[in-house]
Amino acid sequence: MSFPPGYRRYYPGTQPRHLHPSYVSSRKRAPLQPLVRLPHTLSEITGPSFEPEIADVKASDLTRQHAGEPLGERIIVSGRVLDENSRPVPQTLVEIWQANAAGRYLHSRDQHHAPLDPNFTGCGHAMTDSEGRYRFVTIRPGEYPWANHYNAWRPAHIHFSLFGPAFATRLVTQMYFPGDPLIPYDPIFHCTDDEKARNRLISIFDWETTIPAEALGYRFDIVLSGRESTPMETHAHGEKS
Amino acid sequence: MSLHATTSQTVGPFFKIGFSWLYRDNLAGPGVSGERVEISGRIVDGDGQPVPDGVIEIWQANSNGKYLHPDDAQKKPIEQGFTGFGRIPTDDEGRFHFTTIKPGRVPGPDGNLQSPHLAVSVFTRGLLRRLVTRIYFPDEPGNNQDFALNLVEASRRGTLIAKKIDGRPGALEWNVILQGPGETVFFEA
Repeated sequence: MSFPPGYRRYYPGTQPRHLHPSYVSSRKRAPLQPLVRLPHTLSEITGPSFEPEIADVKASDLTRQHAGEPLGERIIVSGRVLDENSRPVPQTLVEIWQANAAGRYLHSRDQHHAPLDPNFTGCGHAMTDSEGRYRFVTIRPGEYPWANHYNAWRPAHIHFSLFGPAFATRLVTQMYFPGDPLIPYDPIFHCTDDEKARNRLISIFDWETTIPAEALGYRFDIVLSGRESTPMETHAHGEKS
Repeated sequence: MSLHATTSQTVGPFFKIGFSWLYRDNLAGPGVSGERVEISGRIVDGDGQPVPDGVIEIWQANSNGKYLHPDDAQKKPIEQGFTGFGRIPTDDEGRFHFTTIKPGRVPGPDGNLQSPHLAVSVFTRGLLRRLVTRIYFPDEPGNNQDFALNLVEASRRGTLIAKKIDGRPGALEWNVILQGPGETVFFEA
């Protein structure tokens, strides 16, 4: 039996290498053996999917998960999830997590001397709509220090996790904010060689989604790996999918 | 128009706050058919130190060798209550533990059936991209002919095959060694 085509491999330079010594945590965790290239089989071109009911309104509004309102600047983070063939990725799960406005995560191992916010957990999830759109309401996360090197500070960022249609399309990334003065010093941001690819991690201030007297809007579009060729093209070459 | 996939970034040290709502360490509830297996192991780094800030995700077929997915066109039955997705965190000692059923065989690119396997993603702080690997089962006659196992040099193949635990039927051990001697085989995503 033959299957639908596999997913595209990374375009050179647009993804980080595993070992990036200036990001100290990669030194003892990055595999040193070359990765084995596995043709995409049914195991890789299929993947988990989730019912839309898994994401309720509260899950995508991080400012309404507690009795009171969280401290900080309310923002709207929205965008589209597309594949490399510019097609929207509908009904796919998007998860986010982030620090609070003071730069502190609600995690037992976060020892940063900054206050927790009893009204902010910092986690959310949403399903993309039929056009691949997602939208979160949250607060702008604070910058925070970390132990990577002397006087190291992470730029403000929101973590994103996406599934896409297949095991092969799974992606975890981070969204940054335009104009953040810490970005040029951040080894995690700089772990990817291709400058354009890096800069696509920086969201764009978005007048359209900004709510008057309420919240600034930031747009962050995400691209997942696309099919090598469409099933239709495969048929055109005489193969049956 | 052709775009490039968004650059991967590390999950960071605190990602369990974002992942925990979807933890699933029992993939096959009561009534799901198939041979029950209990898989446990550890994630360790290049110094042999446990990785407490780790999560593995599982994707697998049901016992008929059918994935719950529209691109699986095989005429095999799906099963109520079985999605094939698992997400399991490591504990402070880097240990993980989950229960599932052994999947059936699914077709491979060489026209032969693949040996039963679980597709695995590994996430930890320090990994700039997820790691992709597979768990195979011991004593499977199909392992010798499995196309993916045969892509791997023989001396490293064992890192992909879970081991039986003496005296505990159905219990298997499989570890993730991120780096160094005995390094687990990882595949290009």
